[in-house]
Amino acid sequence: MSKIVKQEMMGMNGDTACAYAVKQCNPEVVAAYPITPQTIIVEVFSEYVANGEVTTEFIPVESEHSAMSTSIGAAAAGARAYTASASQGLALMYEMLYIASGLRLPIVMTCVNRALSAPINIHGDHSDAMGARDSGWLQLYCENSQEAYDTIIQAWRIAEHKDVLLPVMVNIDGFILSHTLENVSVIPDDAVKKFIGEKKIPVVKKPNGELTPYILHPDYPASIGAIDLQDYYFEHKRQQAEAMNNALKVIKEIGEEYGELTGRTYGLIDPYMMDDAEIAIIVMGSTAGTAKYVADLMRNKGVKAGVLRVRSFRPFPRDDIVKALKNIKACAVLDRSMSFGSYGGPLFTEIRSSFCYECDKPIIVNYYYGLGGRDAPPNLLDNVFNELKNIAETGKTGEEIRYLGLREGEKDAVNYKAELVSFKDLNTGKIGGK
Amino acid sequence: MSIIKPKDLALTEEKLAPGHRLCPGCGEPTTVKLVLKASDEPVIVCSATGCLEVSTSIYPYTSWNVPWIHSAFENAAATASGVEAAIKALKRSGVYKYDKVNVLAVAGDGGTYDIGFQALSGAFERYHKIVYLLLDNEAYMNTGIQRSGGTPSYASTTTSPDGKVIPGKLQTKKQISRIMVEHEPAYVATISAAYWQDLMQKSKKAFAADGPAFLHSFTPCPRGWRHADNLSIELCKLAVQTCIFPLWEAEKSDGKMVYKLSAPSKQIAKNPDKKKPIVEYLKLQGRYRHLFKPEEKTELIKQIQDWVDTEWNIILERCGEK
Ligand SMILES: Cc1ncc(C[n+]2csc(CCOP(=O)(O)OP(=O)(O)O)c2C)c(N)n1
Repeated sequence: MSKIVKQEMMGMNGDTACAYAVKQCNPEVVAAYPITPQTIIVEVFSEYVANGEVTTEFIPVESEHSAMSTSIGAAAAGARAYTASASQGLALMYEMLYIASGLRLPIVMTCVNRALSAPINIHGDHSDAMGARDSGWLQLYCENSQEAYDTIIQAWRIAEHKDVLLPVMVNIDGFILSHTLENVSVIPDDAVKKFIGEKKIPVVKKPNGELTPYILHPDYPASIGAIDLQDYYFEHKRQQAEAMNNALKVIKEIGEEYGELTGRTYGLIDPYMMDDAEIAIIVMGSTAGTAKYVADLMRNKGVKAGVLRVRSFRPFPRDDIVKALKNIKACAVLDRSMSFGSYGGPLFTEIRSSFCYECDKPIIVNYYYGLGGRDAPPNLLDNVFNELKNIAETGKTGEEIRYLGLREGEKDAVNYKAELVSFKDLNTGKIGGK
Repeated sequence: MSIIKPKDLALTEEKLAPGHRLCPGCGEPTTVKLVLKASDEPVIVCSATGCLEVSTSIYPYTSWNVPWIHSAFENAAATASGVEAAIKALKRSGVYKYDKVNVLAVAGDGGTYDIGFQALSGAFERYHKIVYLLLDNEAYMNTGIQRSGGTPSYASTTTSPDGKVIPGKLQTKKQISRIMVEHEPAYVATISAAYWQDLMQKSKKAFAADGPAFLHSFTPCPRGWRHADNLSIELCKLAVQTCIFPLWEAEKSDGKMVYKLSAPSKQIAKNPDKKKPIVEYLKLQGRYRHLFKPEEKTELIKQIQDWVDTEWNIILERCGEK
């Protein structure tokens, strides 16, 4: 007998789907600052507040730094706290991201992925979240608005799980998801309420051995955020690493429990036609949808193509990924951000190092793509599969680091190599001027 | 408000316990203890990074007998906003035991005049019911005495040292409390531990205020100001007697901020003869030594005196004493 709850289909973009899920979760505190393409979340949530649809204290803070600081204060005082940001906003929060995770506060945030300045660009890529990949937040990347909605609801359970107690960042691609209308199945309010349950307070051990609830509460005076020097800091960081590790199991468990409720099960990775695949695209976020579509086309042509979508980037599901790619001949890791000076993008380097000690490993190439919202249409991914097919057949890797959908070699301003002149040259009009 | 007796002080619980590692003569714990003693309700403290934070919370020890959080340097007001909002929401959902919990944000001058100013301004504009205590020791002391927006003219700090051509900080002290009054919060007051009853009365008002309250504490730092450890309270007194740090409060009344001079400064307003020359205050502090040695820099001292007089007159005007 199916226990799946009755659901309603709503037309929503990714931002609204997030706001709607947050409304149903009704956290005590939401503190946020607007930034494109996250703005809709803040606006829609403000309407819920104005119309009395939530009992949340909504704090329209004066900056993202304060959004995270306020969320930290609220979470430490025992509240559920939510915020949302993107790009420059997330960058401004950077200091506080580490503090939220280091203080082990289960805050939930949507990051509507957007390129980082300079040059300023409001469109989708993963540079913002990747800049925060070592900040101790869990990072889940969504393929569509449905997943955005579903993941916000699961995020509280994951973050507040006693073996985790870490903040969770739910990533959705700017514009492609945030601003695109999709059908989203929503579950009833009371089902959400029941699924996330009441907020529980962790009990921790004080240095003197006594137990105490980890909360700012008059009856249990605790010092949260103490200075922690050479003699203890390292152990605390180790605990944090352990919690991140535990999250691998918890994300799966919660994703399965959510599946029993909704019929939509989630895990750390999302393999598509990977069982017998010989070539595969590995990707995060909305591009996975396009890649799956192209994989279908390849399959129609008799090519054994598959897609491995990485849903959880932090924690990084190394074992699951290795297992999923074991029998692959050649695969392409698509990175929607750059780690300047690194040999390959963030996802590529993680995946390659995952295979370091494996005997059976696929040929792995890296494609940078989609920076600043550059489109990744089916024909581009089709090229990737064709190149992979060639690599698989010949066994020749060729260039390991590649670019997808990039104009190169054009003699225009974008590719002009700068020369240097002196101030004196400027005064003598050496290079023209007024 | 009733007069607070020393006996009452002795009998109330120490919310900031002794054994912390602040320097001998530091003005910070004196003020903090007194402010905390003024809270009749439970209080939650949100500290900014700075001397107080690092000296009271070295893990696995803590001096705090009240719930305390430190998250970063520039965000005490934002962190406190979150605590206040959380309690409000938790009370609404019926799970919170206490009806009134005071939320106290504490920060130094660096965390207030400079890097924390945005968060402070935002929290006051949003009208969170928090008390913000500024411990003004007139420089970044925790990192080794660097200048701040609160450092007064010609004070020597490690980033405004008195050199062969520059005699210490060239700019004047920012009038942060007056700026806070312009936010039109519920309450603003200046406090000095030498006048502890005034300090406690004002703290009580701040905790009882129906909106954000700002307490600006004059807080000597023997290390940074280079004065003898036992002179801190003397300097707290002299600062008021010379009028470089007048005691006043501003309260919202009929939607308008009304300034009022506090008794110790009011006495001087009534008897201007009692106003001591600033040189008496300056010469006790090594940070001003270059104004006296090798020879007295009469012109610079006069500039400081002129600045004190101008600012004092502004306060007298605002308080309706002119
Ligand atoms: C973002 C950031 N910048 C710089 C610092 C380094 N820092 C720590 S405390 C401090 C100065 C504190 O000065 P103040 O606020 O006046 O407090 P005091 O230590 O004098 O009480 C500085 C610069 C920091 N912790 N965080």
